[in-house]
Amino acid sequence: MQPTFRALLGATALTAVAAAAQAQTVTIATVNNGDMIRMQGLTQDFTEQHPDIDLEWVTLEENVLRQRVTQDIATGGGQFDVMTIGNYEVPIWANQGWLTPLENMPEGYDANDILPAIAGGLSVDGTLYAAPFYGESAMVMYRTDLAEEAGVEIPDQPTWADIKTAAEAMTDEENEIYGICLRGKAGWGENMALITAMSNSYGARWFDMDWQAQFDSPEWEATLTDYLDLMTNYGPPGASSNGFNENLSLFQQGKCGMWIDATVAASFVTDEDESTVADSVGFAQFPNKEGVDNRGNWLWSWNLAIPASSDATEAAKTFVAWATSKGYTELVAEEEGWAAAPPGTRTSLYENAEYQEAAPFAEMTLNQINAVDTKKPSVQEIPYTGAQFVAIPEFQGIGTAVGQQFSAALAGQTDAETALSNAQRATQREIDRAGYTD
Amino acid sequence: MARAVTPRRKMLNTAVAWIIGLLIFFPILWIVILSFKTEGDAIRTPLGVLTSGWTFDSYSVVQERSDYFHHFWNSVILSVGSTVLGLVIAVPSAWAMAFVPGKQTKNVLMWMLSTKMLPPVGVLMPIYLICQSLGLLDTRIALTLILMMINLPIIIWMLYTYFREIPGDILEAARMDGAALKEEVLFVLLPMAVPGIASTLLLNIILAWNEAFWTLNLTAANSAPLTAFIASYSSPEGLFYAKLSAASTMAIAPILIMGWFSQKQLVRGLTFGAVK
Amino acid sequence: MATKASRAAARAMISPSVILLLGWMLIPLLMTIYFSTLRYNLLMPGNNPFVGWENYTYFVTDPAFATAIWNTLLLVGGVLLITVVGGILLALLLDMPMWGQGVVRIMVIAPFFVMPTVSALVWKNMFFNPVNGLFGHIAKALGLTPFDFLSQAPLASIIGIVSWQWLPFATLILLTALQSLDSEQLEAAEMDGADPVNRFVFIMLPHLARAITVVILIQTIFLLSIFAEIFVTTSGGPGDASTNLTYLIYQESLLSFDVGTGSAGGVIAIILANIVAIFLMRMIGKNLDA
Repeated sequence: MQPTFRALLGATALTAVAAAAQAQTVTIATVNNGDMIRMQGLTQDFTEQHPDIDLEWVTLEENVLRQRVTQDIATGGGQFDVMTIGNYEVPIWANQGWLTPLENMPEGYDANDILPAIAGGLSVDGTLYAAPFYGESAMVMYRTDLAEEAGVEIPDQPTWADIKTAAEAMTDEENEIYGICLRGKAGWGENMALITAMSNSYGARWFDMDWQAQFDSPEWEATLTDYLDLMTNYGPPGASSNGFNENLSLFQQGKCGMWIDATVAASFVTDEDESTVADSVGFAQFPNKEGVDNRGNWLWSWNLAIPASSDATEAAKTFVAWATSKGYTELVAEEEGWAAAPPGTRTSLYENAEYQEAAPFAEMTLNQINAVDTKKPSVQEIPYTGAQFVAIPEFQGIGTAVGQQFSAALAGQTDAETALSNAQRATQREIDRAGYTD
Repeated sequence: MARAVTPRRKMLNTAVAWIIGLLIFFPILWIVILSFKTEGDAIRTPLGVLTSGWTFDSYSVVQERSDYFHHFWNSVILSVGSTVLGLVIAVPSAWAMAFVPGKQTKNVLMWMLSTKMLPPVGVLMPIYLICQSLGLLDTRIALTLILMMINLPIIIWMLYTYFREIPGDILEAARMDGAALKEEVLFVLLPMAVPGIASTLLLNIILAWNEAFWTLNLTAANSAPLTAFIASYSSPEGLFYAKLSAASTMAIAPILIMGWFSQKQLVRGLTFGAVK
Repeated sequence: MATKASRAAARAMISPSVILLLGWMLIPLLMTIYFSTLRYNLLMPGNNPFVGWENYTYFVTDPAFATAIWNTLLLVGGVLLITVVGGILLALLLDMPMWGQGVVRIMVIAPFFVMPTVSALVWKNMFFNPVNGLFGHIAKALGLTPFDFLSQAPLASIIGIVSWQWLPFATLILLTALQSLDSEQLEAAEMDGADPVNRFVFIMLPHLARAITVVILIQTIFLLSIFAEIFVTTSGGPGDASTNLTYLIYQESLLSFDVGTGSAGGVIAIILANIVAIFLMRMIGKNLDA
């Protein structure tokens, strides 16, 4: 063999080895929500730009996903390079040093474009620890045709009394139309998201300044009584097992007069392919109780974060930047139309005329998100931050336990009074044990 | 076994048995039907479902979204691997217990069964931490071993009860004829033990295939079997009955078909010593 | 006939599985016991101080604890009752002469092959759902209000789902046992003028005793740790109406990530399972000594 030829061969082999070493695998854990599934479908765009990065997807139902990623990150398991987590987890995990700070994002990422309310929830000491994929607050979605038929009008800023009147008028059980659909399935991120936001708008709080649970307060009693009253009289059957997805499906089938839930649902209920009521949906702000200056303070975002235990941090960052960039939004718009763009993360989206045109719910969503104050979700004095959740690690457990009590009350297995006193006891028990009251 | 009965009686038996059989089978039939419908049709009334059009859409959507064959292949490797490995370890043990029983044999067997009572949720964290420190998270090896350990007591128990039914006299006779141990095992015992081993193999493949706790908690992308595949179709956004049905059909069809084809072998050894 | 040599050989053959199972049992068990004495929460990393019995007290004083024990017993007992009684009836039916016996048998055993997650999802959505489920549609067609199974009768619904999954197993074992019954004995009894009920009670039932014990033993082992069915359908609710011990441990260790309390729950569950096991062994011991 000629020496040059041999050298050439060696060089080729070396390049091959180098290329193999460079090809990195990024394992992404994500929720099986519509927007994430769409992202998975669009990854070809990413792999074309970055042939040296392989993407592996682990798509799981929300509860399973949360358990898997928490377990992995808390034990430093390192099975995932990108995790889809909520704004509840981000600050807590960042404080534990579990997340890689998202500094030095690629050029053109424009982190300043992220909505301030959302970015605030994902930053610790001014450093961003997760990139928002989509964000949401909550609002009222209602059937304009049914409202008209029933002769009720839902103002842009309704009170809970308005909601009750409208629910009563729109309910038509014979035709399987239920005036109002609300979450009833137990879980801190299911029924407790709605009920906590509702309690905020009733002037209630989870804890007083001494970390004493407040379920024995008149505000909580009013919240739960009104919630149960609305749902038992004008709600769908089986409401205690309905979460976001179940209600979405009911609304799309035309079985709900009103639905108060995450703003992200707006694009699904107005999607002609999925929804039978797409052309007759109206929007209003989250209700408040008369005299209480608070519209729920619901703020949620699904974010992409990189665990500190990842062994492909740079590649993961490249992916996160791609999936949360303006470019991705444009890609979705190009492929599926502007209304499908992931909402609630970037100012530029809401300034885009095409988006405003395609998404009648854009303005309402933006207003609702901007109105949220996560530093002060309740009108009363509180020792915690949060929104439709209390931002402490114990909240997952406590929130779910309380959610079970309220779900039982909705199913008619206990009454409001018992549910509240059980909730009070369970919460205080946990919070004492965790040492907040020491 | 067939006792003589009047045709009328036989007709009645047939009718009752078919009705009950269909009722028990109906849920499976129903998901298969729903899997060939559009999402909109899948939530209609039963009559609406049956009279609406048929489509393969849900299957193509599911295949597009998740790599079915990757998960299928993992399921096959995990269930067959763990069972075969379990058999290799269990056959000698069950053999010895059946043919050379000691005073403690029964207690040892019962103790083995009682290890199955360890609630998986209670010991997940230790096992998870062990796997993590050995770098075995999301590997097929770890899951194969765990599934093997979970089913080992059942495998030993089934084999033991089956081996015990093999009459000792035959062994004696073979020995009288001067058969060496190797020949004794190969030509006399093995043929008699094969049905029991086959049935054990089948039952444990089914149990391992359907195991949904460890397979979900110790896997991520590489080694996730069909149980993890299903976890991405439970309660997604919007209408999902048709997609869930298609995914469910794809997840259960292989094992169902295997079970049907081998039901004779499965049933033959599935007595756990219940028949004298 | 067992010589000393064959005993030694037997011991050598048994030891691999004994050693493996011992390791499989002891290592996690010891770790669980160790964790159960620590304040150990995954979400709050720290030095995990030793706290003695605190986790146990906390777990046992949980208002849901008594309910969970009761629900566990109801779940196991309910499913056993349905599958054993149903299994006997089905076995008797399938044992009778008929056309298409093979096909009927295939249909009856099919649920056994369905993974628990799938069957729970299917029952929950396609059948129990009061708005879109099949039972709801049927009720509406008959002019009735759909019954909301999972919130009005959560535990009974779960018992139903689990029974559907295990009925085939019971039927198969009982059918095999029934078929091994000497038919001459039955005929003799028939000639002596014994009616069907008597034939069943005095000849068939005693013959089935062993098979029934085996069904109870094997099923109890699996039923004590039922989890997927509850997780998918009711998440233990509403309230704690369908929380069993396994689910309660799950809530502590994987929902609150309180490994300490979860481990304490795990140890308690192991102790209770062993109590059940001793009961079962007494029962089995009597019936299985051939």
